[in-house]
Amino acid sequence: MAEPLDITGWSCPLPLADYPAIVLGHGGGGKLSSELVEHLFVPAFGGSELARLGDAALLPPPGGRLAFSTDSFVVHPLFFPGGSIGELAVHGTVNDLAMMGARPLYLSAAFILEEGLPMATLGAIVARMAAAARAAGVSIVAGDTKVVDHGHGHGCYITTAGVGVVPAGLELGPERARPGDAVLVSGTLGDHGMAVMSVREGLAFEAELASDCAALHTLVEALLAALPTGSVHTLRDPTRGGLAAVLGEIAKSSRVGIELEERALPVRPEVHSACELLGMDPIFVANEGKLVALVAAEAAEAALSALRAHPLGREAAIVGRAGAEHPGVLVARTALGARRVVPEQLGEQLPRIC
Amino acid sequence: MKYLDEFRDSAPARRLAEEIHRLATRPWAIMEVCGGQTHSILRNGIDQLLPASLSLIHGPGCPVCVTPVEVIDRALAIAGRPEVTFTSFGDMLRVPGSEKDLFRVKSEGGDVRIVYSPLDAVKLAQELPDRQVVFFGIGFETTAPANAMAVHLARRQGLTNFSMLASHVLVPPAIEAILASPSNRVQAFLAAGHVCSVMGTWQYPPLAAKHRVPIVITGFEPLDLLEGIRRAVAQLEAGEARVENAYARVVSEAGNHPAQALLAEVFEVCDRTWRGIGTIPASGFRLSAAYRDFDAELRFDVAGVTAHESPLCHAGEVLRGVLKPNQCPAFGRECTPRTPLGATMVSSEGACAAYYHYGRALAAEEAR
Repeated sequence: MAEPLDITGWSCPLPLADYPAIVLGHGGGGKLSSELVEHLFVPAFGGSELARLGDAALLPPPGGRLAFSTDSFVVHPLFFPGGSIGELAVHGTVNDLAMMGARPLYLSAAFILEEGLPMATLGAIVARMAAAARAAGVSIVAGDTKVVDHGHGHGCYITTAGVGVVPAGLELGPERARPGDAVLVSGTLGDHGMAVMSVREGLAFEAELASDCAALHTLVEALLAALPTGSVHTLRDPTRGGLAAVLGEIAKSSRVGIELEERALPVRPEVHSACELLGMDPIFVANEGKLVALVAAEAAEAALSALRAHPLGREAAIVGRAGAEHPGVLVARTALGARRVVPEQLGEQLPRIC
Repeated sequence: MKYLDEFRDSAPARRLAEEIHRLATRPWAIMEVCGGQTHSILRNGIDQLLPASLSLIHGPGCPVCVTPVEVIDRALAIAGRPEVTFTSFGDMLRVPGSEKDLFRVKSEGGDVRIVYSPLDAVKLAQELPDRQVVFFGIGFETTAPANAMAVHLARRQGLTNFSMLASHVLVPPAIEAILASPSNRVQAFLAAGHVCSVMGTWQYPPLAAKHRVPIVITGFEPLDLLEGIRRAVAQLEAGEARVENAYARVVSEAGNHPAQALLAEVFEVCDRTWRGIGTIPASGFRLSAAYRDFDAELRFDVAGVTAHESPLCHAGEVLRGVLKPNQCPAFGRECTPRTPLGATMVSSEGACAAYYHYGRALAAEEAR
């Protein structure tokens, strides 16, 4: 016969703070799930809507056209110089809204957590996310958490969706670029992609590379406010695929040819060096805090001044123009004055062998 | 960037191009041997600055392109094994074997990882003692020393879970094979500067003398390439056939002695099949007898894997300079970077991919 169970030391399931890491139960919809929400997410993100813990957030109609966007974040490592998956998850969606001229209002955040993710790591991600949302003036009003088995999920994936409101009369879009438009970028290219790559691959560069991760809606507001209505045609944030991918898409959508002036492209010396070393081109490398603007030619200088007057646009530059020739194709004028077609990348840019 | 921007300056580039226009009185065909040079020529638009009578022929110097399809198939067979962590430089992952590429193997659950140095693969073998770590060692004399060092270190550290699938190739035998071919139309060579930084220039004077062909050791930046072309044209016009070093800031006559010594210790010269070209005698490296234990081909018994290439692919004629990429019937039709038939359409240094990516503006211009 078995020994009688000793229950003298038995207690209720442990409170959240005593689990040092995520377990499957945190996504099970039971007590562990609600403790995670009540003890971690609600205090960090704040706000009365989230705290109600209803099945959906109830929000007042904002007036005007809604911009609505979603983005998923799977960056590895979770923390990198200049940011983390937390800031990225806020800035990425805020920037998508901002590129349509919207003022971002609300975000939802869905977490897919891997069993074993240290609670302290999740806490740090959430704290950074909350700080980024506060700084950007958006509220996180809805959320979800799921937990997947150990070995599936790289620690933490986050999906955010966002809603913003577009001022009346503002029309921006990838199909609105016109021949003659000036192409501007708000700063140096390739910072985020090379920073993440340097830590992910353990590449030791002499100079530390840092992500440019930032929310761009105030920069957009400043740009739009400084120019006559209708002179900004297209805004995009050149994330994956970099400047080249975004300009290639604009050329196709707007049926214009775009010519880039390679010598005018702002690239940090350390990013330039890292790219040279790996056989990569900064125009294909991701940015997380830069915008590309196609602006009517007569407003180009005013646009440049407006961008440069903002802390996130100090290194803005005019880097090319749109034209009626070679519609749908992005061309670069090389330092030697020759022209070449900028290829569309099939997938990720791969480091070259030698 | 210091030591690079100076060699990309447009004013001296224009002067060099003008000088080439002045020198060239007849049509000449010059081959740039190295894929890195092809890439730089097309990326910077150097060919657009040259006289129309001058044709640049893109040589076989892209290691990804000339690795034969059966070696790729052996890599795929090894990478698919459950006990193997397969490491490779990034641009090998998309090169098609007979049926798939390394990306496919990875998506099917194979542990395939991009590394930036063969020494990273050795480190990985130390960190993963329960895994068999295999490094895909391909390339010319430029990458061979680092790969040799990886195997050398693995042996010194007594690592039994590291091996290399080696398919190294050598430049001078390829130049010899091109010159000996009856269909050859190359009249001068821009030799690969970085290969010569390891091996020196001493291998080339016999080739230049035997075939009466100018060979100019040339770098990779716009001014390097223009200077190399200028010297080659000057020799051709004067009826000379010498070896000249136009990349003296990097290349010495003797080359890098410690690197050469390491190569001699770890590797031995062997016959090699070049993708699209065929077997060239004494044109490659394999691991020497002392390092045979680290040969992945033997460890995983894949030496018997053989394969055939698509009959539509004319990569061999492209690599020998007989055909320009856009003269291939499959170019841009059956064969694109999305559906490559041969490796020349895959690698960023591959002549076909370079043409596909950078050549369209020119084609449009010509059509006008």
